[in-house]
Amino acid sequence: MAHAPEPDPAASDLGDERPKWDNKAQYLLSCIGFAVGLGNIWRFPYLCQTYGGGAFLIPYVIALVFEGIPIFHVELAIGQRLRKGSVGVWTAISPYLSGVGLGCVTLSFLISLYYNTIVAWVLWYLLNSFQHPLPWSSCPPDLNRTGFVEECQGSSAVSYFWYRQTLNITADINDSGSIQWWLLICLAASWAVVYMCVIRGIETTGKVIYFTALFPYLVLTIFLIRGLTLPGATKGLIYLFTPNMHILQNPRVWLDAATQIFFSLSLAFGGHIAFASYNSPRNDCQKDAVAIALVNSMTSLYASIAVFSVLGFKATNDYEHCLDRNILSLINEFDFPEQSISRDDYPAVLMHLNATWPKRVAQLPLKACLLEDFLDKSASGPGLAFVVFTEAVLHMPGAPVWAVLFFGMLFTLGLSTMFGTVEAVITPLLDVGVLPRWVPKEALTGLVCLVCFLSATCFTLQSGNYWLEIFDNFAASLNLLMLAFLEVVGVVYVYGMKRFCDDIAWMTGRRPSPYWRLTWRVVSPLLLLTIFVAYIILLFWKPLSYKAWNPKYELFPSRQEKLYPGWVRAACVLLSLLPVLWVPVAALAQLLTRQRRTWRDRDARPDTDRRPDRDRRPDTDTCPDTDTR
Amino acid sequence: MLWLLFFLVTAIHAELCQPGAENAFKVRLSIRTALGDKAYAWDTNEEYLFKAMVAFSMRKVPNREATEISHVLLCNVTQRVSFWFVVTDPSKNHTLPAVEVQSAIRTNKNRINNAFFLNDQTLEFLKIPSTLAPPMDPSVPIWIIIFGVIFCIVIVAITLLILSGIWQRRRKNKEPSEVDDAEDKCENMITIENGIPSDPLDMKGGHINDAFMTEDERLTPL
Repeated sequence: MAHAPEPDPAASDLGDERPKWDNKAQYLLSCIGFAVGLGNIWRFPYLCQTYGGGAFLIPYVIALVFEGIPIFHVELAIGQRLRKGSVGVWTAISPYLSGVGLGCVTLSFLISLYYNTIVAWVLWYLLNSFQHPLPWSSCPPDLNRTGFVEECQGSSAVSYFWYRQTLNITADINDSGSIQWWLLICLAASWAVVYMCVIRGIETTGKVIYFTALFPYLVLTIFLIRGLTLPGATKGLIYLFTPNMHILQNPRVWLDAATQIFFSLSLAFGGHIAFASYNSPRNDCQKDAVAIALVNSMTSLYASIAVFSVLGFKATNDYEHCLDRNILSLINEFDFPEQSISRDDYPAVLMHLNATWPKRVAQLPLKACLLEDFLDKSASGPGLAFVVFTEAVLHMPGAPVWAVLFFGMLFTLGLSTMFGTVEAVITPLLDVGVLPRWVPKEALTGLVCLVCFLSATCFTLQSGNYWLEIFDNFAASLNLLMLAFLEVVGVVYVYGMKRFCDDIAWMTGRRPSPYWRLTWRVVSPLLLLTIFVAYIILLFWKPLSYKAWNPKYELFPSRQEKLYPGWVRAACVLLSLLPVLWVPVAALAQLLTRQRRTWRDRDARPDTDRRPDRDRRPDTDTCPDTDTR
Repeated sequence: MLWLLFFLVTAIHAELCQPGAENAFKVRLSIRTALGDKAYAWDTNEEYLFKAMVAFSMRKVPNREATEISHVLLCNVTQRVSFWFVVTDPSKNHTLPAVEVQSAIRTNKNRINNAFFLNDQTLEFLKIPSTLAPPMDPSVPIWIIIFGVIFCIVIVAITLLILSGIWQRRRKNKEPSEVDDAEDKCENMITIENGIPSDPLDMKGGHINDAFMTEDERLTPL
C-alpha cells in the first residue's frame, strides 16, 4: 500500500492546518443548504404537476438511486480523501485532468453571477413586503388619474410590478437599456451579505448555516399548516398528486426527472468537494451522501405540498372571482337585485337568460370559468415566485406577513446555495495559492466577491432577465452534465476503481458494495451521456428563441416569441463551451510541459537518473502513473 | 285646468328624464356589497338625499348657485339599485349640459360617497370616470429605509470581522516570536548541559517534526 495513512500534502504546503468544521452538523447542514435551493421550491412542484403528479415520483426515484446518489458519493469521497478543492483534487488524480477542476471553478463563477442576481431580486421583493397594502396589489393610476396605467390594465398588477417596476424590461434583447439603480443596490447588498458570511471560509459560513439552512424548513412548515387550512387547498393537492401513469411513456418525463435530480443536488460545481475537503479523513462519506440526497428529495416533496396547497387556494379564488365577475355583468345588465344570483345558481340562470334574451347576453363579456383551467396555470422558475405566488399571497389575510416569510425563505435558500458556489471558487484558489501567502483570506474572499459583483452588473440592465435565462440554459446545464461525466469517468477509470474502493474502505471502514461499483462503472456514466445527448438534441432542435415582454404585441399579455440575433447565438455557444474547454486546454498544456521537460533533461544530462524531477514536484507521490503501486 | 298643468309638467319631466336621454346619467349603487349586514334599504328618503347631494354639487359651479333639489329629476329606479337622473335649469324646461354636471360630480365625488357610506366602486356614475386617489407616496419609500438598515448592519459586521481577523493575526505573530525566544533558550541550555537530542523536540511546544515521522512510517510496511 503506497499511500501513508496521513499524507496530507495540503497541510504541509499551506504551512498551517487546513480549516475544519466545528462539528458534523455544520458540514451536513452546509451540504444540505447547498443542495436545497430555489429549484426545490419552484422547479420540482411544476415538474410534478406537469408530468402526471404522483407518477413522476417513479422516474424521479429511479434517477436518484442510479444517478444522483452515486455521483454525489464520488464527489464527497474524493474531496474528503484528497483534502483539496476541485482544482487540487483533479491535479492530484491526474495532471492531465486538471482541466476538470478549472472547468468547475469557471462554471461556479459563472453560475454565482446569475444566481446572486436572482437572490437580489428576492431581496428587492422582501424589502417591498414590509408595507400594507403590498405594492403589487393594485395598478398605479395613469397621468390624468382617470384610470390605471395601460400596461398594467392589460396584464395584471402583479405582472406589471415584476416586469415594469422591478425589471423595467425592454421588449428586445438587442435593446440593453440602462442600469436599474434599485436592482444594482440590491445586488450590492446581496454580495455584501454573501461576503459577510464567507469572509473567513467555513469558519464563518459554519456559524451562519444554522440559520440559513434551517429557517426555510420552519417557513415551509408554517406555509404548509396555513396552506392546508385555506379553502381550495385540497383541490390543488389532489390535482397535483393524482397519478397519471400514461405519461411515463413520454421519454421527456425521464429526461426531466434525471436532469432535475442532477441539478437539484448541485453536482459538478466543486462545492461538495470543497466542503468535504474540510472534513476529517475518517468520516463515513457514504452515509452522508445517502442522507443528504434523501433530505434533498424529501424537501422537494415537502415544498411541493406547501406550494400546491397555496396554489390550489389561488386557483379556487380566481375561479370564484371569475364567476363573480360574470354574475355581476348579468346583474348589471338586467338590473337584478344585488347578490340575487349565487355561484351555484349561475349556470341555470345563464341558460334561462340566454334563452329569453340571447342578443343582450351575447353582448356581455362573459368568460368561461373552469376550475381545471386555473389549476393548470402553473408556472416554474421566477414566474412562480414573483408572479403566481405573490398573487396568491395577496388574497391571504395578513398578506404582508406571508410575503415577508415567503421571500425571507427564498432569500435564505438562495444564500445557502451561494455559500457552496462561492466556496467552490475560493477553496481551489486558496489551495493553488493564487495570491501570496501574506495576503489574508479575507482579502481574497473580498476580491472574489467584488469581481463577481462587478461582472454581474450586466444583469441589472433592462435586458438583464433575458441574459439570465441564457446563462441558465446554456452556461449551466450542458457544462454541468459534461463535467459530471468526466468526474465519474476520471475517478473510476483514471484514478482506478480498486484504489478508490480502498480509499473508501479506509475512510468509512467498509468496502463499497456491488451497487456502488456497478453504478459508478456503468450506469451513471451511461445515464449522464444519454442525458447530455438528449439535452443537446432538444436544445438545438428548434431555432434558439426567447419569450419577450412586449406591451405593443397584439397578443399582449402573452409573451412574444423572438429569435436570438446572431451575436447572442455566438455568446450562447461560447458560454456552453468555455468551462469545458479547460479540459483539453489543460491536458494539452500538461503534455507540452512534460515533453519540454523530458527534452530539456535529455539534452542536459543524458546518462543520469530518468526521474530528476522527484525533488522538484512533491506531488509525484499522488500521481497514479508512478510505479509505486 | 290644474290637472292639465300637472299632466303637462309630469309629461315634460318624463321627457327630460329618460334612460338614454340627453344629458342624463345612469347611477348604480351596490349597497349590500359595500355594507353587508348593515345595508340600508333604498327608499324615497335616500332618493331625496341623493337629489340634495347633486343639487349641492351643482351649487358649487359658478352661475349655478340657484340649483334647487326640485331641479334634480330621478327616474327608472330598479331593484339593482340603479336609476337615471338629470339636472334641469330653473325654468325646468331644459337640462343642464352634461359637461357641467360631470365636472361638478367629479369634484364632489368624495362627499357624495361619504353621504351614502359607499366608495368609487360601489357608487358608480356610468360615463363619469372618478378621479383615482393619488398613490400614497411617502417622501422616502419604505423599502429604502429597510435597505439602509440592513446594509448598515452588514457593513458594520464585515468591518468587525475584518478587524477581529487582523487582531487575531497580530496576536499569532507575537506568539511564535515568544516561542522562538524560548527555543533559543532551550538550545542554549542543551549546549551547556549536553542533553539528549529528543528533549528539545518535546519542549518545542509539541511541534512534531514531519520529516522524522514520515521516515518512520516508510519503514513499517516492510
